[in-house]
Amino acid sequence: MAVIQVQRRALTLVERTYFPQLMGAMFTTLKHLLGPADTMEYPEQRPAIPAGYRGVPTLVKDPNGREKCVSCQLCEFVCPPKAIRITPGSVPEGAGIDQVEKAPQAFDIDMLRCIYCGLCEEVCPEEAIFLQNQYSMSGYSRSEMVNHKDRLYELGGTFPDRHFKWDVKKAAEARGGGHD
Amino acid sequence: MDLITVNIDGRDVAVPKGTNMIEAARLLGIDVPHYCYHPKLTVAGNCRMCLVEMGTLAADPATKAPVMDPATGKQRVNWVPRPAIACATSAQPGLHIRTTTPMVRDCREGVMEFLLINHPLDCPICDQAGECKLQEQSTGYGRGYSRYVEHKNVKPKRTQLGPRVTLDDERCILCSRCVRFCKEIVKDDVLGFADRGSYSTLTCYPGRRLENDYSLNTVDICPVGALTSTDFRFKMRVWFLKQTNGIDTGSSVGANTVVWSREGAVYRVTPRRNDAVNDTWMADSGRILYKEVRAHGRLGTIRVNGAESALEFAVRAAAGILAKGGAAVVGSGRSSVEEQFLSRKLCDALGARASLVSRVGKGDGLLVSADRNPNVRGALVTGLVAALPSATLESLGAQIDSGQVTAVVSIGEDLAAAGLSAAQLARVSIVYLGTHANATSAAARVVIPTLTLFEKSGTLVNQQFRIQKFAKAVPGVAGATDDLLALARLTAAVGGPVLAEDVGPLWTQIAAEVPALGAVSFARIPDTGLLLDGTPWAGLPFAEGPTLHFVPAAPAPKEARP
Repeated sequence: MAVIQVQRRALTLVERTYFPQLMGAMFTTLKHLLGPADTMEYPEQRPAIPAGYRGVPTLVKDPNGREKCVSCQLCEFVCPPKAIRITPGSVPEGAGIDQVEKAPQAFDIDMLRCIYCGLCEEVCPEEAIFLQNQYSMSGYSRSEMVNHKDRLYELGGTFPDRHFKWDVKKAAEARGGGHD
Repeated sequence: MDLITVNIDGRDVAVPKGTNMIEAARLLGIDVPHYCYHPKLTVAGNCRMCLVEMGTLAADPATKAPVMDPATGKQRVNWVPRPAIACATSAQPGLHIRTTTPMVRDCREGVMEFLLINHPLDCPICDQAGECKLQEQSTGYGRGYSRYVEHKNVKPKRTQLGPRVTLDDERCILCSRCVRFCKEIVKDDVLGFADRGSYSTLTCYPGRRLENDYSLNTVDICPVGALTSTDFRFKMRVWFLKQTNGIDTGSSVGANTVVWSREGAVYRVTPRRNDAVNDTWMADSGRILYKEVRAHGRLGTIRVNGAESALEFAVRAAAGILAKGGAAVVGSGRSSVEEQFLSRKLCDALGARASLVSRVGKGDGLLVSADRNPNVRGALVTGLVAALPSATLESLGAQIDSGQVTAVVSIGEDLAAAGLSAAQLARVSIVYLGTHANATSAAARVVIPTLTLFEKSGTLVNQQFRIQKFAKAVPGVAGATDDLLALARLTAAVGGPVLAEDVGPLWTQIAAEVPALGAVSFARIPDTGLLLDGTPWAGLPFAEGPTLHFVPAAPAPKEARP
């Protein structure tokens, strides 16, 4: 392909003073100096987190304070970077929630591995794991970046429950028959 | 065999007379869903999931002449207007069934809806999830939502049927497989259904428990999560587990197993179907053997005179001990064929005679034979020993007392448990290759920790002289040396031939040197095992009595052998 040589246009006298360009630049600077700020003073100021934001995955409890996770390990299975590690266990007898039977003995999420994809929240059959607003995770060591079970519940807090599936089941057991 | 032709979904298949239609369809790769049917149990026909359309060839009632269909030019098929259960329909000439018609689909969807009416939504906490027939079929024939407006049944959730089996009655679909198994296979008729209708519950006979040695087979055959293993309960979801073929080493039956492991830990052992050995069953006593892998007292350090060492130095030290002469080798009926071959090579190099320790108990006539050593016949086949072993090492003890034997190589056998006294152990230098700490490892000059059967590959020869492969399920514990490596190095160090240290190359040497295994290669042993010719050893008084698929050649002598 032939190369077409283009001759650069010669600058006019005014252009050769650079004055119009300088003034234009100064105008832009002044406009931003007086207008509203596009940045914020982090960490004193924090951005508003939109609904549906996928932050740090957390475990939640139901309004009765019961841990919702039953350690079905579906999140561990679905997790693409294998960040979740669960040791299943049984609910101790006489804890008042015998009907649930199963709860995690240990629940670790390695935040160095987590990619915040939200598949764990999507797959959870008990609505126990949620990616919440927390977005800044930092630590001085690798082990600090692994969220253990107590930390996950601390981050997660309590969520409202629409079903109270296990309470319904317990009530049915108590009256000796018939649950939904 | 009498083969007859039946027609399934328009395809002809020749099957033996009397084959039921689920099995016939399986031959064509057609799946007929079922719950209560099990190939090794009688047909109960109570789940109704295997409903199919059935038809027979039309014949004139008066003349018995075939009625031809003018459209196709073939004999017409009279389709029965109602569906029939495939499990209780046996093959007869000219039988036609259809498994893909809208009626069959409707039947399956209807049966599924009824089965799920009272089934709890326990899948997240249910151990059967992932291998549950109800889950599998509900993806194909489930409704996806419930039309049931009444309350679901409440039944006991944690009944201890026995020491190893926990029952969740809510999940039970009353297929009666477990009831039939106990009655027909174990002849221990403890299970049954109490109450009627939706109140039906699986229960033990009052005052009895499900505690026979085969109780965990009911867990395996339970198509849902009703019967669960107390040991495996809530331990791990099955979809994480890797399956490896193994062999039950509890006795010389050699039941085929599947070892389920994840990340180097074994979680459970279940039977693998082998119609010539164990059908689809195995004994409970064989299922807990995996615990030896992580058991307390597992050896993990090579030691020479009590000090930590490395394999090279340990082998050199052992060779130094054995070179002084007066060496004896105690092999094991628990070692694999490959290890026994190497043990024989070690004996040859040392000019020593090998002794074995026998473990004879009481056979149960099913899948635990009298000989608790899984591989005594392997020692005979490889030529490690020529006669059957005795329960105690009396002749070895006498040789130690007389000073004839001054050094003993023990390959996994506890000499103290085999009848040698502490004084006798103190008189000899012991080289111990084994997995767990015991009196012998404590008394040994050289200790080389080795692998359990779950951590290595190899073969065993069972009571039928069937050579069966097992595969490495989990990596060996830290510090343990592969038995083959240790034995091969030791043999070479005492002046024997240089032998292969891996199963594959070793088998070329085994095939070349062992006459009975001349035509065998490790890679070509099928998963169901290979029957060897046992006639050279037919005259030996083996301890086994009759078990499932095994009849002893000669009646076992009544009195205990010396």
